[in-house]
Amino acid sequence: MSSTSQLDNSTHAESEESPLFDLLNGFIFELRQAGLPVSLTESLDAMEAVSHIPIEDREAFKYALGATLVKNQSHWKSFELVFEVYFSIRGPEYEIQQEGSELLQDDELIGSEFQQGEAPAGGGAMSGLSPEELQEMLFRALLNGDQAMMRLLARQSVMRYAGMEPGRPVGGTYYLYRTLRNLDLDSMLDRLMSESREQALNELTQLEERLELDEYKSRIEEFKKQIESEIRRSLVADRGVEAMARTLRKPLPEDVDFMHASREEMANLRRSLYPLTRKLAARLARRRKYGRRGPLDFRKTIRHSLSYGGVPAEPKFKFPRPSKPEIMVVADISGSVAAFARFTLHLLYAISSQFSKVRSFVFIDGLDEVTRFLEGVEDIGEAVHKVNTEADVVWVDGHSDYGHAFGVFWEKYGKDVGPKTTVLILGDARNNYHASQSWILKEAHQKARKLYWLNPEPRAYWDTGDSILGEYATHCDGTYEVRNLRQLEAFIEKLV
Amino acid sequence: MLLAQTFYKNKQFLISCCFSWDEALRKDTIIQVDYRFEDVTGVRSGLSEVSYLADDGIAGIVYLADRLAKPVLIEGPAGTGKTQLGKSVAEMSGARLIRLQCYEGLDESKALYEWNYKKQLLRIQAENETRDWSEIEDDLFSEDFLLSRPLLEAIRAKDPVVLLIDEVDRVEIETEALLLEILSDYQVSIPELGTVEGNQIPLVFLTSNGTRELSEALKRRCLYLYIDYPDLEREREIINAKIPGMDENLADQVARIVRSVRQLDLKKHPSVSETLDWAKTLLLLGVEKIDSDVATETVNVLLKYRSDIEKAVKEFADNPEAIQEEEEGAA
Repeated sequence: MSSTSQLDNSTHAESEESPLFDLLNGFIFELRQAGLPVSLTESLDAMEAVSHIPIEDREAFKYALGATLVKNQSHWKSFELVFEVYFSIRGPEYEIQQEGSELLQDDELIGSEFQQGEAPAGGGAMSGLSPEELQEMLFRALLNGDQAMMRLLARQSVMRYAGMEPGRPVGGTYYLYRTLRNLDLDSMLDRLMSESREQALNELTQLEERLELDEYKSRIEEFKKQIESEIRRSLVADRGVEAMARTLRKPLPEDVDFMHASREEMANLRRSLYPLTRKLAARLARRRKYGRRGPLDFRKTIRHSLSYGGVPAEPKFKFPRPSKPEIMVVADISGSVAAFARFTLHLLYAISSQFSKVRSFVFIDGLDEVTRFLEGVEDIGEAVHKVNTEADVVWVDGHSDYGHAFGVFWEKYGKDVGPKTTVLILGDARNNYHASQSWILKEAHQKARKLYWLNPEPRAYWDTGDSILGEYATHCDGTYEVRNLRQLEAFIEKLV
Repeated sequence: MLLAQTFYKNKQFLISCCFSWDEALRKDTIIQVDYRFEDVTGVRSGLSEVSYLADDGIAGIVYLADRLAKPVLIEGPAGTGKTQLGKSVAEMSGARLIRLQCYEGLDESKALYEWNYKKQLLRIQAENETRDWSEIEDDLFSEDFLLSRPLLEAIRAKDPVVLLIDEVDRVEIETEALLLEILSDYQVSIPELGTVEGNQIPLVFLTSNGTRELSEALKRRCLYLYIDYPDLEREREIINAKIPGMDENLADQVARIVRSVRQLDLKKHPSVSETLDWAKTLLLLGVEKIDSDVATETVNVLLKYRSDIEKAVKEFADNPEAIQEEEEGAA
């Protein structure tokens, strides 16, 4: 046994000199740059792990690195991206081949594909095909779920449509857009559906049709991914690994800015919101359970002292009565900050058992109570959607008017604000130069237990332009910059 | 000056290398019978023999766990076979499975070891006349009076074992620290006895449902494996492997419907075990082909929340418009 371990160590030692070692070093550095917490021991583990798994086995290699370096599922996407950039042009089958040999390979494959006499029109290399023929081949490949053919076609369409210009410092989104526009995958989906309807012996039921649709959608999605990685691969070959990694660097889900999240990032955020709420609820409940002991219960101590002849030998304590604040959320849901308000409402309702009551109000320039939409529903996503569509929040023109909204709030609901109430105001305080009515906040602050303002804008932008947060802030117990999930989580924990 | 600095840095680096080196060597010298698995494909086929269908990631990480002598921390949604992986690896390698189910309030005496008080008392009573007290005292805290709990038992066992620490996220964050020594060094320090070294490095699997963030220290010591819902291919294979009498076409249909259901925005997505339950139900009912009526009637096996069921039914029911169109077409 000892000999094997010696052998292992020696290969390990060698690998430290090899290019693989350098590559891994750069890889880990890039992961850290992307925000993943990779410790020293973990990187040592990774080095040891790759000495057991050959780099040629790309999937296993990726999982080996993943298992040692990434300890949080929500970071996996970032890891995958960096991995692809660093290792995409390594390994035999992924190498960028010379134009000539690639065409040769294409030829063979096309030959085998069309030998059944389906459409021998192509004949020559793929680059000789007309766009319609290419379209047709893609259609067949998608219909049959032919993986190899799809990969080839992805490569071909990138070569043909992307119009890549070497040396330009871009991330490839534009190339992707150009390729997809030319391929027109939406009408492809329709064609696939009508084809499968024809092929079916009987009429397709709704259910079957739905299943077919999902199947084709997932194939097209896969094809898109292949195109994307194809573009990325060429870009890496063109510009080098480090430069590419820098361009593609994306924040982790918990660091994504609410106000500037793309649609895909939004979807990711929503997905990571649910586990977050569960964790938060568990943590808060636990803290409540194991909280400190309460103050001395004098009466009880004396009562018990009777059994010791009047000597207070055993002090008794009151049970701690953790405060369960009543929350009133007043949220701006005008375009610029809507996403932020939605997330905060989502999170608050998910942990509403930690509060004695949550009431929510939304406004743009008018204000409406929306507690009825949110309370006691199982599907909070739907409820939030209802809030957006049904609440009566527009008074004049649908531009934020904090002053008027506060006015309505104070007039209608001001009497409900009491010493147990914590008021949260969500918004960027961009008032479109209306009257601020900050006296309302002053009064609310006096009546309420606490008054907090959460602003989704970076602190540097506060009080610039029409933002008048400074004026409101003088009446708040605290103003917080809450731009991402991490900050939101931290605030909520503080609140409870 | 600069040169001296770089030299210093290099030296530091070398020292740290040597340090980790020593550690690695020491780990190797403990015992390590032989590697359990030849290669990744071996693990994969071995697991499929005990009807656990692993994908590349799972098999690769089990293989690495053996090679690097590190525990595996498994996370993922409920019902995707986290615990089953531990069991199956034990079955495949013919090892004894030692399982520690975690819960709130788990402590040392339940997880690591405990002194056998009753036996100690008996011992004192039996010999208090004949022998010197200090002798007895030495005797009392010897291995004879030590009750091994799962963790200690796993490393002291002579036969091959697989240790499964289930739902580790249930214990408090302080109790988690109990695991650290055993997971990194495979030893237990007992104040009265000294350090008990292990006879072997068992394969260790920890599962977590992710109800809380585990501590960095624990994560650092483990390989991390996330088991997600399987893809279409694998789910079909799982159904075929677990339910022998199942028609291939039906299995395919089941897998595809489940995939579509998972794409909906639900409170709780159907897990693999629920998929299997559903497939069994269909088999018992003698269904040959799933249409929307059957799906609607049996969907409560697959989904457990009322709102989810309603959503799924709405998605999959034949909608009246389509029927109308059909009729018109026929006319």
